[in-house]
Amino acid sequence: MLDANVADAPLLVVEDLKVHFPVMAGTLFQKQVASVKAVDGVSFTLKRGETLGLVGESGCGKSTTGLAILRMLDITGGRVVFDGQDITRHDRAAMRPIRKRMQMVYQDPFGSLNPRMKVVDLIAEPMIVHDILPNFAARSDRARELLALVGLRPDMADRYIHEFSGGQRQRIGVARALAMSPELLICDEPVSALDVSIQAQIVNLFQDLQQTLGLTYVFVAHDLAVVRHISDRIAVMYLGRIVEIADRETLYKRPQHPYTQALLAAVPIPDPEIEAMRPQVAVSGEVPSALRPPPGCRFHTRCPRATDVCRVDEPALRDLGGGQMVSCHHA
Amino acid sequence: MAKLLEVRNLTTRFRTERGAVMAVDDVSFEVDAGETLAIVGESGSGKSVTALSLMRLIPNPPGEIVAGSILFEGQDLLKLSDAEMQAVRGDRIAMIFQEPMTSLNPSLTVGLQVGEPVQLHRGASWKAAFAKAGELLSRVRIPDAKARVEAYPHQFSGGMRQRAMIAMALACQPKLIIADEPTTALDVTVQSQILSLLKELTRETGAALILITHDLGVVARYADRVSVMYAGRVVETGTAREIYKKPQHPYTRGLMACVPRLDGALGDRLVPIEGSPPDLTRLPPGCAFAPRCSVAQPGCLTARPVLEDVGGGHRKACFVAVDSGVPVHA
Ligand SMILES: Nc1ncnc2c1ncn2[C@@H]1O[C@H](COP(=O)(O)OP(=O)(O)OP(=O)(O)O)[C@@H](O)[C@H]1O
Ligand SMILES: Nc1ncnc2c1ncn2[C@@H]1O[C@H](COP(=O)(O)OP(=O)(O)OP(=O)(O)O)[C@@H](O)[C@H]1O
Ligand code: SF4
Ligand code: SF4
Ligand SMILES: [Mg+2]
Ligand SMILES: [Mg+2]
Repeated sequence: MLDANVADAPLLVVEDLKVHFPVMAGTLFQKQVASVKAVDGVSFTLKRGETLGLVGESGCGKSTTGLAILRMLDITGGRVVFDGQDITRHDRAAMRPIRKRMQMVYQDPFGSLNPRMKVVDLIAEPMIVHDILPNFAARSDRARELLALVGLRPDMADRYIHEFSGGQRQRIGVARALAMSPELLICDEPVSALDVSIQAQIVNLFQDLQQTLGLTYVFVAHDLAVVRHISDRIAVMYLGRIVEIADRETLYKRPQHPYTQALLAAVPIPDPEIEAMRPQVAVSGEVPSALRPPPGCRFHTRCPRATDVCRVDEPALRDLGGGQMVSCHHA
Repeated sequence: MAKLLEVRNLTTRFRTERGAVMAVDDVSFEVDAGETLAIVGESGSGKSVTALSLMRLIPNPPGEIVAGSILFEGQDLLKLSDAEMQAVRGDRIAMIFQEPMTSLNPSLTVGLQVGEPVQLHRGASWKAAFAKAGELLSRVRIPDAKARVEAYPHQFSGGMRQRAMIAMALACQPKLIIADEPTTALDVTVQSQILSLLKELTRETGAALILITHDLGVVARYADRVSVMYAGRVVETGTAREIYKKPQHPYTRGLMACVPRLDGALGDRLVPIEGSPPDLTRLPPGCAFAPRCSVAQPGCLTARPVLEDVGGGHRKACFVAVDSGVPVHA
């Protein structure tokens, strides 16, 4: 049995995380002319076994946040604490033992991999990299076990990746991520490329695995209905910042940030009778360039409630009670 | 009154190394003037090939329309010469594609391209077409439109490019607009802006709209009628209200049950459709959905169901009646 304190301690703490990418220019001598503040002050904590959904429109910094947690990117500022250890400045060697415990699941799991690779080799690869299970037979057994765990037949281990459908590939991608028995999975749009009938299979798989293995998820997706279904809490991002974070019930029933409200209003509900009665309030404009985010509240250029203060003062995340945090002057 | 568009038994095939792909297989549907028909289905179900067949833009080889008729304003488009078809395209029927970047020429100004149909089909001068383009761009609410005619596509955001495509489609006041996943690549707030705009403009001009999508929410918000496609065939068709309230085909019912909804109950498990869509080069002899169908009967494996009326223009292609033990999903 775990000590109650340990069990309650967060598995992941992200504090004022900043990831800025340099923008270089110049023909002969490249020099930095600006920076993209892809993630600019993101904070949240995640308990063991919990799922945090990360939503927001393209370019708001969801993937960058995920990659920074895994330390696949350099962190410009703030802290990432995994299971009590500050990993913000860990180098590769220091990260090695921790990387086993946190893995990424991608949208297109094998986009960059050789389609002629056998499934067993793909799943075994991280085991070789991390030097666990030294002999081939043991790795192969483990790969088959993992395939069964994700709902595939163990004999599929000997087939090639290109023989599988999108949904099957995503299952293989999950099996590969599970090879190291991680505690935290960062899932970056893991069902976005799948057809809806297959999407439901994979969403259920994630939920089953969480139950049986006690996994903790950061679940990145742009589909708000999928995120609502799978997450305990949800953070809404806009231009590198969290504008609202709350448990799912609160966020979807009582969204307080005008951007959260706009996002939810934009998502159609698959029922013509309900749609006919919903007010159609489309927020105007598009997301501004991350290179030059608007001053003050970053949403003010599109916000129907913006006032003078919004154009100059950046609102801080405020606790509205019950764990609902909102960054808006007028919420 | 005659229908604006009547598609009958349309069949389009591709020859590939692996064999013939029956991309569109005996598809029939109709569209009334001014109405919005959604064609919904999963990847590879034949939605785009249907649209391209209507426009007669199927690359041949490898593709070929092998059977059927496409009656548009009473005239069979499949019987027109290439030149006659060219006169219809972009004039009485316009199409909007998913990826505006591939359908806009990057080296020409937006104004030139948006105005082109007017020049081509109305014999307008280059200058008049350019002026018309400015008008059209402001109609699709591109800010500062008159100045933006001089811009190049890469200077537009994704949403603005799609607005420009809509402007181009509207240029000659078409009777029918075919929009193939016009917002799939866009953010959700921009998606709702664009679709609402498209809907509003078709309402104003009286144009009919064929809206191709895989998003059941989009169908519910914008469509009057729906055709659901699976493996190259229409498996169910009817008014949007009917289809959502009383889905008849097991595939449609499965689709409705497997998508989470913003207003759904929390804590319920999703009910997926097991298995995956069939290989179109190796279609089973019977119902293409049979391997995934929870109520399949032995007869489903040997014969193909055709669309049959279940009342009020609501049609389904399935042998088994709904009340025979199929759970109706809420
Ligand atoms: N390696 C990089 N160099 C420079 N800029 C980058 C880099 N990676 C991301 N960015 C920029 O950082 C911002 C955030 O990108 P990120 O990929 O995190 O967004 P996202 O929320 O995951 O978007 P999407 O929904 O499109 O996947 C964007 O403006 C992007 O262009
Ligand atoms: N040029 C082509 N050559 C061979 N096969 C083709 C060609 N174009 C389409 N097909 C096949 O026709 C079938 C139907 O394709 P289509 O593009 O109409 O699907 P779709 O419903 O539009 O799917 P998506 O939602 O992915 O756009 C697919 O199996 C596809 O592989
Ligand atoms: S701070 Fe002002 S501009 Fe920003 S979301 Fe709130 S009301 Fe809108
Ligand atoms: S015809 Fe048979 S297999 Fe096909 S959908 Fe109907 S019940 Fe299922
Ligand atoms: Mg991303
Ligand atoms: Mg398509």
